[in-house]
Amino acid sequence: MVAAQETAERVARIGVDQYRYGFETLIESDKAPKGLSEDTVRFISAKKNEPAWMLEWRLQAYRYWLTMTEPTWARVHYPQIDYQDIYYYAAPKPKKQLASIDEIDPEILKTYEKLGIPLREVAILEDVEPPPGGEQTANRKIAVDAVFDSVSVATTFKAELKKAGVIFMPISEAIREHPELVQKYLGTVVPISDNFFARLNSAVFSDGSFVYVPPGVRCPMELSTYFRINERNTGQFERTLIIADRGSHVSYLEGCTAPQRDENQLHAAVVELVALDDAEIKYSTVQNWYPGNSEGKGGIYNFVTKRGDCRGRNSKISWTQVETGSAITWKYPSCILRGDYSRGEFYSIAISNGFQQVDSGTKMFHLGKNTSSWVISKGIAAGKSRNTYRGLVSANRNAAGARNHTTCDSLLIGDKCGAHTVPYVEAKNSSATFEHEATTSKISEDVLFYCIQRGMSQEEAVSLVVNGFIKEVLQKLPMEFAAEAQKLISISLEGSVG
Amino acid sequence: MDLVLAKAMPEDKANAERAADNVFAAARGRLPGVGRIADIRARAFEAYERVGLPHRRVEEWKYTDLRVLMRDVLLLADTPDASALRRAQAAVQQAAFKGAIKLVLVDGVFVPSLSDVAKLGKGVIVRTLREVLESSASDAMAGLVLSTTADAMISLNTAMATDGVVVTITEGTALRRPLHVIHVATASAASHFTRSYLHLDDRAQGTVLESFVAAESAGGYQANNVKIVLVGNQAGLSHLRVRADAPDAANISSEIIAVGSRAKLNLFDMARGGAVSRYQDFITLAGKEAELSMNGVNLLMEKQHADTTLVVDHAAPHCVSRQNFRAVADGAGRSVFQGRIIARPDAQKTDAKMTMRVLLLSDQAEADNKPELEIFADDVNCSHGATSGGLDESLLFYLGARGLSENDAQALLIRAFLGEAIEGIANDNLRDFATAQTDHWLKARR
Repeated sequence: MVAAQETAERVARIGVDQYRYGFETLIESDKAPKGLSEDTVRFISAKKNEPAWMLEWRLQAYRYWLTMTEPTWARVHYPQIDYQDIYYYAAPKPKKQLASIDEIDPEILKTYEKLGIPLREVAILEDVEPPPGGEQTANRKIAVDAVFDSVSVATTFKAELKKAGVIFMPISEAIREHPELVQKYLGTVVPISDNFFARLNSAVFSDGSFVYVPPGVRCPMELSTYFRINERNTGQFERTLIIADRGSHVSYLEGCTAPQRDENQLHAAVVELVALDDAEIKYSTVQNWYPGNSEGKGGIYNFVTKRGDCRGRNSKISWTQVETGSAITWKYPSCILRGDYSRGEFYSIAISNGFQQVDSGTKMFHLGKNTSSWVISKGIAAGKSRNTYRGLVSANRNAAGARNHTTCDSLLIGDKCGAHTVPYVEAKNSSATFEHEATTSKISEDVLFYCIQRGMSQEEAVSLVVNGFIKEVLQKLPMEFAAEAQKLISISLEGSVG
Repeated sequence: MDLVLAKAMPEDKANAERAADNVFAAARGRLPGVGRIADIRARAFEAYERVGLPHRRVEEWKYTDLRVLMRDVLLLADTPDASALRRAQAAVQQAAFKGAIKLVLVDGVFVPSLSDVAKLGKGVIVRTLREVLESSASDAMAGLVLSTTADAMISLNTAMATDGVVVTITEGTALRRPLHVIHVATASAASHFTRSYLHLDDRAQGTVLESFVAAESAGGYQANNVKIVLVGNQAGLSHLRVRADAPDAANISSEIIAVGSRAKLNLFDMARGGAVSRYQDFITLAGKEAELSMNGVNLLMEKQHADTTLVVDHAAPHCVSRQNFRAVADGAGRSVFQGRIIARPDAQKTDAKMTMRVLLLSDQAEADNKPELEIFADDVNCSHGATSGGLDESLLFYLGARGLSENDAQALLIRAFLGEAIEGIANDNLRDFATAQTDHWLKARR
């Protein structure tokens, strides 16, 4: 009950319109000219000192993008995006060459401090040493790569990761320092000829994270990226590539915020995961882009392509996401279960309030033998929002013994919102066993009555039920994130009850 | 009609469209209705022509690409002659349900001599579509019967429908004997289009069966039928359909149904024939406290393709709907199920459940399930479930160990699997009828 009390108190302090991360940091930035052309692509590539092959790759993607029209099949509505009215590159203006984290613009550091992200390793190093035999210090450490507008501003714990052999750096650096790895894997999961927004991203992505975990290594700490859109009229196009080599293990978190603004901003990221034999990747997202105000004005368009390739035998990729932000969320983190005995997981909480629109879900492609996948999706729609789960599970002819179980539940709060479920289940193999179940309901009045009768307020009672509804998924988040996510959820739903 | 011409039709799209144009132009003189009706037909054909045969890029037809499966629309079948009627009579005898009043359509034409119109009791009015469309007195009725939707195959039917039955059961009438509408195909490589209308007035009760059968040696035909059903307030309808078409035929069946307040509708559909079959049902629960129970079974072997597509639209509060469907796919059979439950903003206290289960008996078989929920009301209880999988090896082993042959063991398990849907048929005799149909399929499977 203490937790519920705490949630309720916190909620009471925050108005609907008070997006916690809505501040703007005033720093000088370096922008590419507005609009998109081959010149923009060349500009970005030149800014990043990229080799010729990378530029060629981008240009090819750009040409593919030109041949395509924007898709309209999703259950989301937004005014036509003017792709010539966006800055495709914005970087905080470097004051001088940076030698260490201390030289980062203090304004940016302050921003991240406000966000609650400790970029300074010292913050953790000064922590009290654990008692002997207790938990290892490493378990509490999180290596952070912070991406501010289009560029990565800081990556922490580089040295310690290097000792373990793990490469964790901005992708722009990786292109220069590890071209062999980048060339081998970039675009192999999400090719440059993929969907409209992935093509756009391939042409203009400015930064993102790159992770390579060598064979047999268990990454000694959680890796994390924080994305922040700061500039006005910019699009953020980051690219993340994670490779877990044979028998390795990595857990990766991402979080995102943006200032409060009246205009809509586009965020079209691409995330590629590759898991080789016996490797495991756990990818967690807490997405909290600015959702727009209570009249539905402003907010981020979050059109993201996330795909994992279980390339090796016995490999495993797990997606966990808490989606509370963005005016529109349109994404389907997927797993290609190519290797025999590989496994894909998807745990999702998608919350929409106000005028938010969500069309999200997952795709599980069963290609190898005895592959399995597990999908749990919890959608909560409140206010005047639209929340759609759209998913695909397929087994091809050779996917003998494929196994899937999907549960998607939706909770409706208020009578102005909509919750939809659109699963596609395609089995081409008699030994494939697929189960799909979905429910939509509202919070039972009996349960509310019971709680209120025992002295809880309406708000506390709803919070209790909601927490119970999403518990299954919250448990899958790394501990540090779970607490944050829980708070975020209660804030997102503020004002929706009663 | 020129059979050779239909067969020689080239396959590419431009030609297919020209062929469709020919189909309408060639049939025009034979289609009942002039003036306003002819205009409705011409407009419907234009609507069809704009999009052509549905293909996989049309979301509602994603898994049933008629451009691939049907290629083009065949020419309209000739009016059946005496020998065709003789063959039809044999088929009707086989398909008939004991005690029912038969209404027979042969190659899309109502045949009074094979039907029992004289036995109709009081309170039941049966007319043919031709009568309704050709009589100026029933203008309003004609418009209603020919009402159409955005679906291309329904538009095509509106343009091409030659005949059908227009049935009205008057207020408070309880049908003593079931009606049995039997569609018989006798012509090969030709198409027929029927449009029927069934209206149960307030508090009327009735049972209506509908069968699709092929006369001996008939094959390769295309049947397209649309039925508009209105179930009045507090009325009750049991409706059972069996599609036992020739193995190389195509059957596209559409139903547009509206259900009044506190009415009860019990539906069952079975496909056990046809190379391509699609059963699409658009049901609106328009009055409060209406109850809908729908069940169905698709039985597939060889290269058969069966698609069941349902849209259950809860437009009024306090309605209950249950859908329970089963499919068994052997050989290279492909089962498609798309079901959408909609709860409109006013449809509070909606209680809807949809279940679809597919049994795959071979690695060449395929199951595509797409159950959807579209919910705009908050005080609802909606759910769906879909599964697909093979027969449980351990159960087969258990039965084998007790002396059952593999075939018998499989048949036993399949029967049990299908039983869950067949049990949903409210009427005992109809349930036995459906069970007999599955047994027929199981026997053919051996």
